[in-house]
Amino acid sequence: MARMKFLCDADRCIECNACVTACKNEHEVPWGINRRRVVTLNDGKPGERSISMACMHCTDPPCAAVCPTNVFYVTADAVVLNNKDLCIGCGYCFYACPFGAPQYPKTTNFGSRGKMDKCTFCAGGPEADGSKEEYAKYGANRLAEGKLPLCAEMCSTKSLLAGDGEIIATIYKERVAKRGYGSGAWGWQTAYRETIAT
Amino acid sequence: MLIKRAERQSRRGSLAGRVAAQAEGLDRRSFLRRSGLLASGLAVAGTLPLGSVRKAKAAEAGPLTAGATVRKSICTHCAVGCTVTAEVVNGVWVGQEPSWDSPINRGSHCAKGASVRELVHSERRLRYPMKLVNGQWTRVSWDVAINEIGDKMMQIREKSGADSVYWLGSAKMTNEGSYWFRKLGAYWGTNNTDHQARICHSTTVTGVANTWGYGAMTNNLNDMRNSKTLLYIGSNAAEAHPVGMQHMLESKELNKGNFIVFDPRMTRTAAHATEYARFRPGTDIPVLYGMMWHILKNGWEDKEFIRQRVYGFDDLRKEVEKWNPEECERVTGVPGAQMERIAKMFATEKPATIIWCMGQTQHSVGTANVRASCIALLMTGNIGKAGTGANILRGHDNVQGATDVGLDIVTLPFYYGLAEGAWKHWSRVWETDFEWFKSRFDDPKMMNTPGIPLTRWFDAVLLPKDQVAQKDNLKAMFVQGHASNSITRIPESMKALKALELLVIADPHPTTWASLSVQAGRKDGTYLLPVATQFECAGSRVATGRQLQWGEQVVKPIFESKDDLEIMYLLAKKLGFADKMFKNIKVENNLPVAEDILREINRGSWSTGYCGQSPERLKAHMKNQHKFDLVTTRAPKDDPEVGGDYYGLPWPCWGSPEVRHPGSPLLYAPFRSAMDGGGTFRPRFGLEREEKLPDGTTRKVSLLADGVYSEGSDIKDGYPEFTYGVLKKLGWDGDLTETELATINKIGGDKPDGVSWSTDLSGGIQRVALKHGCIPYGNGKARMNAFGLPDPIPVHREPIYTPRVDLVSKFPTLPDAKQFRLPNIGFSLQKAAVDKGIAKQFPLILSSGRLVEYEGGGEETRTNPWLAELQQDMFIEISPADAAERGIKDGGWVWVTGAENSAKAKMKALVTERVGKGVAWMPFHFGGWFGGVDLRGNYPKGTDPYVLGESANTITTYGYDPATGMQEPKVTLCQIAAA
Repeated sequence: MARMKFLCDADRCIECNACVTACKNEHEVPWGINRRRVVTLNDGKPGERSISMACMHCTDPPCAAVCPTNVFYVTADAVVLNNKDLCIGCGYCFYACPFGAPQYPKTTNFGSRGKMDKCTFCAGGPEADGSKEEYAKYGANRLAEGKLPLCAEMCSTKSLLAGDGEIIATIYKERVAKRGYGSGAWGWQTAYRETIAT
Repeated sequence: MLIKRAERQSRRGSLAGRVAAQAEGLDRRSFLRRSGLLASGLAVAGTLPLGSVRKAKAAEAGPLTAGATVRKSICTHCAVGCTVTAEVVNGVWVGQEPSWDSPINRGSHCAKGASVRELVHSERRLRYPMKLVNGQWTRVSWDVAINEIGDKMMQIREKSGADSVYWLGSAKMTNEGSYWFRKLGAYWGTNNTDHQARICHSTTVTGVANTWGYGAMTNNLNDMRNSKTLLYIGSNAAEAHPVGMQHMLESKELNKGNFIVFDPRMTRTAAHATEYARFRPGTDIPVLYGMMWHILKNGWEDKEFIRQRVYGFDDLRKEVEKWNPEECERVTGVPGAQMERIAKMFATEKPATIIWCMGQTQHSVGTANVRASCIALLMTGNIGKAGTGANILRGHDNVQGATDVGLDIVTLPFYYGLAEGAWKHWSRVWETDFEWFKSRFDDPKMMNTPGIPLTRWFDAVLLPKDQVAQKDNLKAMFVQGHASNSITRIPESMKALKALELLVIADPHPTTWASLSVQAGRKDGTYLLPVATQFECAGSRVATGRQLQWGEQVVKPIFESKDDLEIMYLLAKKLGFADKMFKNIKVENNLPVAEDILREINRGSWSTGYCGQSPERLKAHMKNQHKFDLVTTRAPKDDPEVGGDYYGLPWPCWGSPEVRHPGSPLLYAPFRSAMDGGGTFRPRFGLEREEKLPDGTTRKVSLLADGVYSEGSDIKDGYPEFTYGVLKKLGWDGDLTETELATINKIGGDKPDGVSWSTDLSGGIQRVALKHGCIPYGNGKARMNAFGLPDPIPVHREPIYTPRVDLVSKFPTLPDAKQFRLPNIGFSLQKAAVDKGIAKQFPLILSSGRLVEYEGGGEETRTNPWLAELQQDMFIEISPADAAERGIKDGGWVWVTGAENSAKAKMKALVTERVGKGVAWMPFHFGGWFGGVDLRGNYPKGTDPYVLGESANTITTYGYDPATGMQEPKVTLCQIAAA
């Protein structure tokens, strides 16, 4: 099976937020929940760069390591998914995640934060693929339909890549070789404990 | 707090509550998915409250979008022309998929394009017609609305004349819609018909057309993949045309190209530049001349190109010589060494292109600005070849088309102008008696008199009657698809809003016209008509690269909305000229058939080459999108449906559809033959010109091309436009068929020789010219000296409100004059501002521009929760130094005050180095606040956008381009204080 990964080419990202609204559109993500966001470094200064961020679907995911109710599971494609039926909204995964991916629907100071939501790599959840139940809890399951995450598919400059880690690494390597520069596969060391040699 | 960018955290609270309410309410897609209603008969879900939807059998298990119908349309935001692929189930748009086949967007979208589905399932759309009754929004039926509006218009016409009704149309309409709207003005009897191009690229159209023939982007986005040097001046493509950036960034990468950005702000585009130069807003001409100074000094100009294809180089040289590096730096702030480096790249690392947008156009010197850019291209021979050209990025999805179809104050469709000949041409096409049109106008002279620019509508309401050169002041505004907050000087337009007798807003949303008119004190005589978005209409649209694309209707109009064309039909019927106007158009259930209208366009648009793009050809292109090459945009020659065509049949696409001209992706490209999309500069300004020499004698200089011609041309030199008379002289008249000749004789009457390539309705003259490899409009020189314009050679003129009062005496704006029926008193105001020391009171330059999340006046996009969540607050960018001087904190509230009308606006401060010291910048998409007051309560209940804010144009000031009436929102003065 493929090992699914995300890769954002910071030399291409223009912070247009297509990835953000494509995600909202595909999964009907409500206001206040951001499965994906774009972060800009050195905003307004020379060297400004933007990176699109979401759950990276880590190898040995730290969220899973701290979850008290065993919410997380990893699919055969190495996509890290969560079972909302088990989630108690404790928020441990938020503290464990190096990318700030987990989102909670409730802002109350007391009790549960609600069931954690995050990027599913457009792969749904534990319910039957493409079922209404799955859609209601996790959004669309594009992987089951043979499609890749919509954020990457709709990226305005083909900066955000999603798919088999080896294939997207090759695309990135070829791109860097051709153009002669590349700031690296951001977040890969943290998420996948490897980098792309360019 | 979320302001712009750096901290992009969502703010929750009241806004979140509103959105959550929507999710529980009318969010049809999730409702359907959750309830298993997808397989039921929901074709009319848009018009039914959900409670009344019949329960139906649960959907079969399996992918939820299985069984969906796929419909293709075009994104309704910017002019890149992205195809939108919609999945529709039972009349409901349930999903958006990447449009991989489109050679333009190749699957991609920006934030706006990736969220367009929301537009047609928004519960905040205007649902039914409404009117103000004693200051309250009240529901009325369509019949009542149309009747009352029509009666009132007729009453105004009776009393104040046809010119007292202003027809403000839209760049959002399809070609068919905007063409019909112009026609509506003509049948009503006025030239007061305008649309967004006025405030967008009117200066481009005028400046560029006066240089080489047509006022449009010469190349296209895909072609920029060939460029070695990309030079941006006045474009922030990363925010305004993000999918265009895909081609530009790949060009930069593949060609190891130069990516040069001139901009007062270090924009998102500048972040990707190989060379960025900051300059003072309003000094584009000195910047370009400063660059040209180095080009001429080093002899980097293309001498042979200039000799063969350019007129007026010597006059230009004299002006450029004034802009030595010291003077250039003194005025613009760009250092000489950097300028020399950029000049060398631009002139010697070819092909090079200049990319511009509203940074250049929205100035009181807009026309001169774009002319200077054209001149830089001409000087270096960077035009008419792959990878070169004036890549002018248009703003709205169909602003190029709406301009071409003549929804404009200075011309009838397709740039025929307003002279008698033009009216006669269209009378023939429309099969309506010319004398009848004459009778419709207040005075036959008004037929040939350009109308009032939309930028001045409120001046035409408010100025003393004797200063408005028409029968009476404006009394009624009929606005179909145009924002009010995108027009400068809002405080003054408030007075006019109050004074109007009739205000009609036909739009998917109430817009700021509604909220501001209530604030202005209107109590009645105000109507809101719900119009469908373009996803609910079929028709053709023109992308920035002049490519026509046919958009299918994705879903039927929601709620009680109507198609643009249907509203025009109902109104024409009420006003009593529908029979004449719709003579050749099939109307089904009050909806005119778009294909019929396009065929009528094909029959009349010879001047611009919209004659070859039949509905059938355009539909074949959409169906065969995958066959077009990414770089050349051409389909393989042997394809049965689209063989040899360029994608979108970019105009000019000569001859009738049967001629099968492939379209012209690169304008003025002689390396291609006429039938292969080649071209020459258009000799539009005479064939020769008399010039005075220093010794007092005169000489005649030819304006025709010298020894250069398009590939395969039978005439191996410059030549004039083709007429029947020219064909006879060449002995080619024998190539005309009998039918063609009969048509020519019928049109020409006793003077058939004067019938030309643009008035011959048979298309015979074009066909014969093409047969001989010639371009129908002729083969002339481009003009560096555009005699006839206010500044034939562009010269620097300081903005009306400038901080550099020391430069005003040397570079004053043009004298006061009467233009477009109104006085332009820019000179008096500039002088008064200097005398009164306005620059001391308001020391900061204020500029404005776009955010990627929003579009235009922004009501539509601020009503889309997926976008609104990303930009929740109106803000002003201010430099750290200016902020520190004023005790302003990043994210804190500030009052911005303007130089006119004691204007004030409250917003948040974004302290950033993106702007230089002395410069502030605001996005122009916000509205719904005025002078610190939130106007949310002024919208009809449930139609207020999620995000409201102060409009930048509350602060902007006077300033109009003399050639087009363009406003000046890019440079004025302001002061900022912590609130």
